[in-house]
Amino acid sequence: MSLLEDFAAALLAPDQACPAGLFSSNGADPASRFAVYRNNVHGSLINALATAYPVTLQLVGDEFFRAMAGCYVQACPPGSPLISEYGATFSGFIQGFEPAASVPYLADVARLEHLRVRAYHAADALALEPQAVLQQLQTHTELGTLHLQLHPSLATLDSRYAVVAVWAAHQTEGAIATLNPWHAQGALVLRRGLEVKVFAIDSGSVAFIDSLNQGARLEKALAHALEASAEFDLHQCLALLINQAAITHLSLEHKVSP
Amino acid sequence: MMTLSFLQTPSAAQVPGLPLRAGLGLKNEHFTEVLDTCPDIGFFEVHAENYMVAGGPFHHYLGLIRAQYPLSLHGVGLSIGGENPLNREHLARLATLIERYQPQAFSEHLAWSTHGPVFFNDLLPLAYDVAALNRVCEHVDQVQSTLKRPMLLENPSTYLQFQRSTLDETDFIGEIIRRTGCGLLLDVNNVYVSCINHQRDPLTYIDALPLHAVAEIHLAGFAEDTDSLGERLLIDDHGAPIDNAVWQLYEHVLARTGPVATLIERDNQVPAFSVLLAEAQQAERHLSRGRP
Repeated sequence: MSLLEDFAAALLAPDQACPAGLFSSNGADPASRFAVYRNNVHGSLINALATAYPVTLQLVGDEFFRAMAGCYVQACPPGSPLISEYGATFSGFIQGFEPAASVPYLADVARLEHLRVRAYHAADALALEPQAVLQQLQTHTELGTLHLQLHPSLATLDSRYAVVAVWAAHQTEGAIATLNPWHAQGALVLRRGLEVKVFAIDSGSVAFIDSLNQGARLEKALAHALEASAEFDLHQCLALLINQAAITHLSLEHKVSP
Repeated sequence: MMTLSFLQTPSAAQVPGLPLRAGLGLKNEHFTEVLDTCPDIGFFEVHAENYMVAGGPFHHYLGLIRAQYPLSLHGVGLSIGGENPLNREHLARLATLIERYQPQAFSEHLAWSTHGPVFFNDLLPLAYDVAALNRVCEHVDQVQSTLKRPMLLENPSTYLQFQRSTLDETDFIGEIIRRTGCGLLLDVNNVYVSCINHQRDPLTYIDALPLHAVAEIHLAGFAEDTDSLGERLLIDDHGAPIDNAVWQLYEHVLARTGPVATLIERDNQVPAFSVLLAEAQQAERHLSRGRP
């Protein structure tokens, strides 16, 4: 093994001995100084996760969160210097993290928080003014063949728990006694201007928006939405997308871009 | 022999770079305050990796602030001291960022942060031998030819030494600067931290550096711990005000170099902007004493 290979391996494993070939000029045990590097690595990555997942942290407390994040850091250290992207698999890890099983919605709250970070840093795109979208919708005769391009920051989440309600309850100080997390809820996350917004939506809306995001035309997306939920309200869902400036482009299917 | 385009340009210390004033690390919690109050600051510095994102508030605010202030771009992820080849994708992202913001300076560390597939998010130490020297020089050459500009290399803070080292840290740095033409980002806090940790005299250390190449200075605070012998172990955590000993060392450096662009770094326990501004003003007072 190379010199740095030893060093790198010992950084991640807390039980591994201090690598050979190191010394302190005052004769102190090199392990007591190697520990600084190990703490820095673990501490900085755990802090990065704590910053990106503030509600997940609040739900389990600082001590539990840091211990859980520490296990994640060892299992899935970052593969890129872009720390804003670190933690894409954290929610999946939480899902399988046995000690957190008593908070079954924890992984979905982490998923929501990850979508918020992604939306915050997502590409900029000019959205269509609500008035312009309405005008175009009124002039088209074959609405079903329309393609709606959505803002790059936009994403959805389908949860068995009231994930948006849980998240929202932790945005303000005060009592959250009335919160009932035990019902299904979808989430829509998007950035409008500089602000990331979170909306509670139903499973039909999740299916509709996901279909649009995958390039389906309007009638196909509607069919998917109704398959997911017979109570899907197209008018309400479109109104949300239009009013939140989530649509960046409208086009007809036969129109081929050059 | 390979021709390197940057060699046709003057060395880092001679390029019109940052103003000879105090600057501050730009924290996202201070974006709006900076734009609202337009503080009298020489420049701002940002970590390059934080801005390697597609869009959103970071680019929005940095664009507005860059329009009003000189900028220093400080990399923390290139792993110049690493055993692996430099990450070309990362270097390309850096080139894009430099193209976009046209910073007055780009700097990186004499350290490694990536090994194999893992990024450790820390600045890790290397052994100072001839093999490492050649490798670091190749990496610095590659950075400068890709970015088509000289870079500044920052001296590290370290907690341990390698038995394999055959060169002094100051000689190692001096040789990199001589061979590659890069500039020196002299982190005075790192000098103090390392010298206390390794029982060296900070003044002797500073005097052994190629001070003619200093194009930027960093000042920061440290945390204090103890090692297995119960002796002082200083940790470079950028989480406290600048220590008096570091201010004194700064004064010593300025007496040798004359005024140099000086950054106040604070990355942890970030205080109110006014607190950082006061430290920058303190640095400005030191700088003005050195002016003719």
